[in-house]
Amino acid sequence: MDAMVRELSYAQAIQEAMAIAMDMDERVFLMGEDIGVYGGAFQVTGDLVERFGTERVIDTPISELGGAGVAVGAALTGMRPIFEFQFSDFATLAMEQIVNQAAKMRFMLGGEVSVPVVMRFPAGSGTGAAAQHSQSLEAWLGHVPGLKVIQPATPYDAKGMLLAAVADPDPVMIFEHKLLYKMKGPVPEGYYTVPIGKADIRREGRDLTIVATSIMVQKALDAAAVLESEGIDVEIVDLRTIRPMDKQTVIDSVKKTSRLMCVYEAVKTLGIGAEVSAMIAESEAFDYLDAPIVRLGGAETPIPYNPELEKATVPQIPDIITAARDLVKGVR
Amino acid sequence: MAGASKAVTDSRANLPFVYRQYSAEQLREVLYKMYLIRRFEEGAEECYTRGLIHGTMHLSIGQEASAMGICMPLAEDDQITSTHRGHGHCIAKGAEVKRMFAEFFGKTSGYCKGRGGSMHIADVGKGNLGANGIVGGGIPIAVGAALSSKMMKTGKVVVSFFGDGANNEGAFHEALNMAAIWKLPVIFVCENNGYGMSTSTARSTAVKNIAERAAAYSMPGVIVNGNIFSEVAEASHQAVARARAGEGPTLIESKTYRHRGHSKSDRNRYRTKEEIEDWMSNRDPITLFESELREFGFIDDKGIEAIRDAVAQEIADGIEFAKASPSPDVRDTGNYVYTEQA
Repeated sequence: MDAMVRELSYAQAIQEAMAIAMDMDERVFLMGEDIGVYGGAFQVTGDLVERFGTERVIDTPISELGGAGVAVGAALTGMRPIFEFQFSDFATLAMEQIVNQAAKMRFMLGGEVSVPVVMRFPAGSGTGAAAQHSQSLEAWLGHVPGLKVIQPATPYDAKGMLLAAVADPDPVMIFEHKLLYKMKGPVPEGYYTVPIGKADIRREGRDLTIVATSIMVQKALDAAAVLESEGIDVEIVDLRTIRPMDKQTVIDSVKKTSRLMCVYEAVKTLGIGAEVSAMIAESEAFDYLDAPIVRLGGAETPIPYNPELEKATVPQIPDIITAARDLVKGVR
Repeated sequence: MAGASKAVTDSRANLPFVYRQYSAEQLREVLYKMYLIRRFEEGAEECYTRGLIHGTMHLSIGQEASAMGICMPLAEDDQITSTHRGHGHCIAKGAEVKRMFAEFFGKTSGYCKGRGGSMHIADVGKGNLGANGIVGGGIPIAVGAALSSKMMKTGKVVVSFFGDGANNEGAFHEALNMAAIWKLPVIFVCENNGYGMSTSTARSTAVKNIAERAAAYSMPGVIVNGNIFSEVAEASHQAVARARAGEGPTLIESKTYRHRGHSKSDRNRYRTKEEIEDWMSNRDPITLFESELREFGFIDDKGIEAIRDAVAQEIADGIEFAKASPSPDVRDTGNYVYTEQA
């Protein structure tokens, strides 16, 4: 029996997932800055406080390190907290608890405990919020064994992956691009999960594999529609999870298309594109490559305030089209 | 080491708190545990010197009354978070020294299966959520555990041990504030041994007494002589009662001293020999407690001798257990990074 499918925004999908999780399990609760009556800086928690009360939708002081630590401690002792960072940039204030505590606790204690905490990070540029409110720091956390790091790109995945994250026994970090919050898409009612650690082929194609994350998935799809009219058939892999990465889906795609481009918003160097490229270079797909791998990532600068500069700092649809065209035509 | 006792008798009416509160047997058990902590650390130090234990360790020799006094009123399912100087807390909360030795030896029979070592020693079954390599790292975690207690209505009290160094970490301030606004059942125990590594509290800390910082978070701030078991236990009793009654957190400053250096790399250039000698000779917590027990008639020389012998045996057995335990297989290095799912 198919659940009723509606159009929801990405933010609504997350909110619905949190409500379902809280209805299903009294151990689930929300913590974060201004997530109660204010509804969250991006209105993701919205009116949940009216439904679940201030004991389960907890406004924290502006104490990212302490707040994250409280969430870790609650998770360690039987609760299932979902902790919202107001902006992903503020993870910098809480790295100690995320990297030293949440990620390592189970390992350091020889498997005697687990830390089922979910942390949500509104991320990315495009809102004019400048350098300290626009970063994409997912690769930082992706570098840490013990964490799982996901980047849902659609409302459907946002709901299903959040529910998978709540059910997961280990710490799951969710990076949500702020410009996706208003994106609408089909979302079934009720409970379902989308597995962590599985990439998704958003579009099948023959000529080129684009591995994209988060908001770049939609940009790549838009670029692919244009490229199709030029006779270039693009396959798009939505990575969805950056740790643990679904290597096989990417390898299989590259073996099919013989060309790879990685598109992501974070600063280009030492990031997800480097990891995916190196992974392919180490795999059996390397022998299938007909052209050098291309990375399209963010500029090597902080995110600027001016809107034109801001746009120029991260890959845009025309950039993807040009790079893909050059790659397929052997210009590079 | 739970609880209340019947033993309030007229003959003890003028004695310090613990002698009114606990039976002779319980008090002798405390002395046993204080010796066990001392000898465990001496044993670990010796094993380190002989190359049987690698890495480093932070010894709490001289601080035994603090660990024992704080844990005295805790029930088995109450919880603690501990520090890099956490061997005493672990034993005081009920850990077996043989499994601690095994952990220090890196063996699979250790509390952390050889993955944590001295700095991450834990005993989750007895409520020790773990020592911590990050100064102040356990403080917000304790607040989270106290939040769990409140939300799940388990009645558990959580103690967060930390040192004087941690009181200048942001985590300390953020955690105390949250515990206070949410009235959580948590007790913050600052074991002030005078030095954060080499930097004295006089040089590092703007207030004279760390307990004064409690005022900033509207909670009681209590100063105790951390080398006098009864004083520590009495303060802990009051804080536990307050926490269990839903009245919120307490900050206890337990003033004490570590006889050894910060860690194994310490050349001891920041304190004088006279200062160390004074603490060792005149304010040793085990000597002080032992004298009181003797003076108040709870134990005699023979009894003390018996405790020392039994402790020596338990330590020797523990080291043998650790030596005889298997090492982990190198092929299992990747275990416990994530929860194994069926």
